[in-house]
Amino acid sequence: MWALISDPAVQWVLAGTMLLGVSGGVIGTFALLRGRSLLGDVLAHAALPGVCLSFMLTGSKEIIPLLVGAALAGVFATRAIDAVVQHTKIKEDTAMGVVLTVFFGVGVVLLTTIQHSGAGNQSGLDDFLFGQAAALVRSDVAVMAAVAFVLVATVLLFYKEFKVLCFDRGFGTGVGLPMRLVDGLLAALLVMAIVIGLQAVGVVLMAALLITPGIAARYWTERLGVMLLLAGVFGGLSGVAGTLVSTLGVRLPTGPLVVLSATVLFTVSLLFAPSRGLLAKLVRFVKLKRKVAAENFLRDIYELYELMVDRPSVADERLLARGIPLEALAAKSRRGAHETRRLARRLQAKGLIRIDAHEPEPTCSLTQAGIEAAWNVVHRHRLWEMFLMHEADLKADHVDRDADDIEHFLTPEMVEALERYLKLHQREPRLLPSVHPLLES
Amino acid sequence: MFDTYGLQIVGTGALVAGACAFVGCFLILRKMAMLGDAISHSALLGIVLAFLLTGDRGILVMFLGAAAFGLLTAVMVQTLEGSGVASDAAIGVTFTAFFALGVVLLTAFAGRVHLDLEHVLYGEIAYVPWDVLVLGDTVLGPKAMWTMGAVFLLNLFVIGLFYKEFKLCAFDAGMAAALGINVALFHYMLMGLVSLTTVAAFESVGAILSVAMLIVPGATAYLLTENLAKMLGISVLIGVASSAGGYVVATLLDCSIAGAMAGVAGAFFAAAFLFSPSQGVVTRRWYKRAVGLEGRGVVQ
Repeated sequence: MWALISDPAVQWVLAGTMLLGVSGGVIGTFALLRGRSLLGDVLAHAALPGVCLSFMLTGSKEIIPLLVGAALAGVFATRAIDAVVQHTKIKEDTAMGVVLTVFFGVGVVLLTTIQHSGAGNQSGLDDFLFGQAAALVRSDVAVMAAVAFVLVATVLLFYKEFKVLCFDRGFGTGVGLPMRLVDGLLAALLVMAIVIGLQAVGVVLMAALLITPGIAARYWTERLGVMLLLAGVFGGLSGVAGTLVSTLGVRLPTGPLVVLSATVLFTVSLLFAPSRGLLAKLVRFVKLKRKVAAENFLRDIYELYELMVDRPSVADERLLARGIPLEALAAKSRRGAHETRRLARRLQAKGLIRIDAHEPEPTCSLTQAGIEAAWNVVHRHRLWEMFLMHEADLKADHVDRDADDIEHFLTPEMVEALERYLKLHQREPRLLPSVHPLLES
Repeated sequence: MFDTYGLQIVGTGALVAGACAFVGCFLILRKMAMLGDAISHSALLGIVLAFLLTGDRGILVMFLGAAAFGLLTAVMVQTLEGSGVASDAAIGVTFTAFFALGVVLLTAFAGRVHLDLEHVLYGEIAYVPWDVLVLGDTVLGPKAMWTMGAVFLLNLFVIGLFYKEFKLCAFDAGMAAALGINVALFHYMLMGLVSLTTVAAFESVGAILSVAMLIVPGATAYLLTENLAKMLGISVLIGVASSAGGYVVATLLDCSIAGAMAGVAGAFFAAAFLFSPSQGVVTRRWYKRAVGLEGRGVVQ
């Protein structure tokens, strides 16, 4: 493999696909956040009539005139989509679909006209569409490098404007930024990225380089700057990885492998990214489920003990010595006997309850730590009950939805009001832990 | 111009248009137009895999493979959307990955698979009349015409049977769910029809024409009416007209028939965009002028 990498031809291809990946990732991120991921796909297809017309007019297969034709077609396609969305009730996705298929259809008409007219030297036009990454040479890479540089430089220069465009267009208009111009600039940059990509990886696959690295990056961060950087890195990595894999075999096409590398990066991000990844979500879900199950279990025990006292009293050793049969706990909730035993063992390991293997039926009792935890859970739970009963009387807009505990959730005045309701409805937890603050005072 | 050959091509094109436009209207209403494009690309992987696994180049195997992957695309997109990816991005990631894998497999085993990538993409409706269905000794006309006819009837039957459900799901999925309609079932039923239709269509006429017929006639009809039943009817009519018009244009210019059909459909769309009675850009300007509001600062 090292022998291959030191081959200058491979080096040019590597440099080309890497640059393509980087610029695709960076521009694609903005397209993604602007809600126009598929614009890349549309513009890549819409380039076909531009390329054909350029060939018909100039008769040359030089890269520059073809690129100019593709770029003009792309700009025209963007304008067409904007016009349809702006002036009719048609939504963006349908407008894109119409422009894509009609432009491509017209492109095919032109292409076949060229072929049938016997112009003879049209053969390179097909490669232009399907991509020939392996055929990249030094001059192509030079063009790509120049375009990639311009792209990244423009993005850095207009970073703030693009950011406003993606997140709050109305605000941008409000502070007097020319949002339509900025949107047009973004479309122009997209067209440029696509145009240099067409030759290397082809129509469909260029669309992937614009979408996939950006979404993969989205999983790792909530910050636009970091996301752009990551998207660029992911794009570049896919370019390098795809190219290297394609050098391993004879019949391995570079373009699709670059896309597949990007897809692998996306899949890894989707599964393993911290906080947004599916695995992290699953872990959070399981943890939450366990927490809820444990809290419900504690509440059930507590309420069974509570039945044994008729007025507020401290949970002393004598009371706690009267264990609660596990069977009664299972009956109180809809947990099965097996699930009840499992939960009891888990809480025993945490030192919150004791399991006593009485015959014929095992019982469990709360420890000192357990009664404190249980009181907390029950107290909080009943405060919420009061909140739901009296929500209309309380200032519900004072609720801070980001905190878990009720004290963090509501203002102190509201918690006080809830405590009063608790007393009023005689729903105060009757069984107090010995170290309860109310008793100490 | 319209000899048997021409009629068979126009007929096939019209059946493609009818079948596609029917399901396409619902895609447009549900804002999933690009899903048709995605499905038609993913189908490539299905075709290649079906061939590599069975070694059979029979039409049925490939058809099933393609339809399965079309449906898989819809499922993947739905799953990704469920995990928080924007709908268009989910479509983009899925179909490009499937297509790329399809191209890699196709190239890697190119010696054994005689599948022409260009043929799949552009399609060649011009060859349709030569691939005929023969039953016993009787020649029953082009195979593609029979396949597309069957798909057209299937679409007509399924959508006709569950018209109310599809309509409700398209316009107000929340209400449909509240009324006890299984929204997911009808979603996947529609996706199944879309992938079946796209695959059947592009097998005979190419991916571009099938996607064009899926979206463009429906979008044109959407500009012309406010009524779903009329929209379905108009889209089928426009599809048929595009098919006939495209054949004429292609004969005159000596170019790809499928491409020309897409182009003519585009021309119909442009005409509706400019001159639709309620939505047209030009018509609305005429109205304003007739009412005398323009130029007095009342309406821009």
